[in-house]
Amino acid sequence: MGKSMKQFFNGLVKENPTFVLMLGMCPTMAVTTSAQNGLGMGLTTTAVLVLSNLFISLLRKIIPDKVRIPAFIVIVATFVTAVQMLLKAYLPDLDESLGLYIPLIVVNCIILGRAEAYAYKNDEVSSIFDGLGMGLGFTVGLTAIGIVRELIGAGTVFGFGIMPDAYEPLAIFTKAPGAFLVLAVLTALQNKFKLKSATNVTGVRVACGGNCAACADGQCVEYREEIGKINGIKEAEAAAAKAEALKKAKEAKAAADAAKTAADMAASEGTSETKTEQDEKEQG
Amino acid sequence: MKELILVLISAALVNNVVLSQFLGLCPFLGVSKKTKTAASMGAAVIFVIMIASAVTYGIQYGILEPLKMGYMQTIVFILVIAALVQLVEMLLKKMSPALYSALGVYLPLITTNCAVLGVAITNIQNGSNFAESMMNSLGTSVGFLISIVIMAGIRERIEGNNIPKPFQGMPIVLITAGLMAIAFCGFAGVL
Repeated sequence: MGKSMKQFFNGLVKENPTFVLMLGMCPTMAVTTSAQNGLGMGLTTTAVLVLSNLFISLLRKIIPDKVRIPAFIVIVATFVTAVQMLLKAYLPDLDESLGLYIPLIVVNCIILGRAEAYAYKNDEVSSIFDGLGMGLGFTVGLTAIGIVRELIGAGTVFGFGIMPDAYEPLAIFTKAPGAFLVLAVLTALQNKFKLKSATNVTGVRVACGGNCAACADGQCVEYREEIGKINGIKEAEAAAAKAEALKKAKEAKAAADAAKTAADMAASEGTSETKTEQDEKEQG
Repeated sequence: MKELILVLISAALVNNVVLSQFLGLCPFLGVSKKTKTAASMGAAVIFVIMIASAVTYGIQYGILEPLKMGYMQTIVFILVIAALVQLVEMLLKKMSPALYSALGVYLPLITTNCAVLGVAITNIQNGSNFAESMMNSLGTSVGFLISIVIMAGIRERIEGNNIPKPFQGMPIVLITAGLMAIAFCGFAGVL
């Protein structure tokens, strides 16, 4: 039981998929136009995640290692389809507002990531708690972002108006650009306070290193290395070009400065100013 | 003909796949550091989306509808797309090594790119015919190419800039994307 609770809080707090791992960015940005949508999407994903974790854990001794990824995808897609039908039948409003993003839960990195990283290797009970923790962590993240966007963009939270009447809602926050801006401020705050987050780990630009496949497919390590190599070579080339350009610029600047000092000889103030500027640049 | 062009423009600019629908964000944020790699990624996406939506269209109306198995859509589509990407990769390796070396690395990454599945499902949900579907797919993928190349261009330019420390890295990229999204909102008035 202790292991299960640990796994539960690991997903909810320590490795929160939204704030720490930065996984599943597409639904995070797309559906958080309101707190209600965020909550709905989070709970839908949680349901799929718990069920898929349970079944993958149950079948972990039967699924051959070589075809595990397609097998995971089939299991996840089955539960997504089931959840989609249930939503259509019982919560048609939520189905309407989430729309395309429900079938797209299939390609959510969190689900395949947990299947590969946890459920495929661990027993059923702790896999359920892992799914529950990760799913609720995702729900909390989406709801929090949804609350912020809804509050600024419409002046309401869960549909209740809580801002004073004088408040003029900034509608852009419930539209597409708002999602990017809110996420930008969130990650900037994490950087500022040095909170543990995928965005301030050096070397990895996004949590999944820029591709969702990395969480699911072991093969992708190779591809990532390949991309890394390509980027490395290109960066080296760019750096060489830059160094050369800098050298040329420095020579040009030295010539220009010589001319300038000659011209500014009379006005000593101007010279000292340019000098301090130069010093600053050199320091920078 | 006029409708098809409207579909194309609407998919590429007005409802830009990344900046207004939030599909394919992972490669958009991850592979947009250099213009050249971004362009290769965009080209690979065009390639895969066009093939995938043609095949899924055929499967939906040729197999699933006659058998009344529309509910199998999600499962079938994701498997077909995953298999298709593998197949395309193998074929390219064999038939056109030059193209493979340009796109090859990016192809497997596209399997889990939600834009591919998203476009295939949208085409079916809209009930559009084959020509409209293909136009929509072309527009969407060109929209992806446009936005990722612009993004890479901007990131190359701001690389040497003096950005406040907390905003370095991811936050400034997200802010750039936000400003681009605002700019793309302007296209809403075109149609």
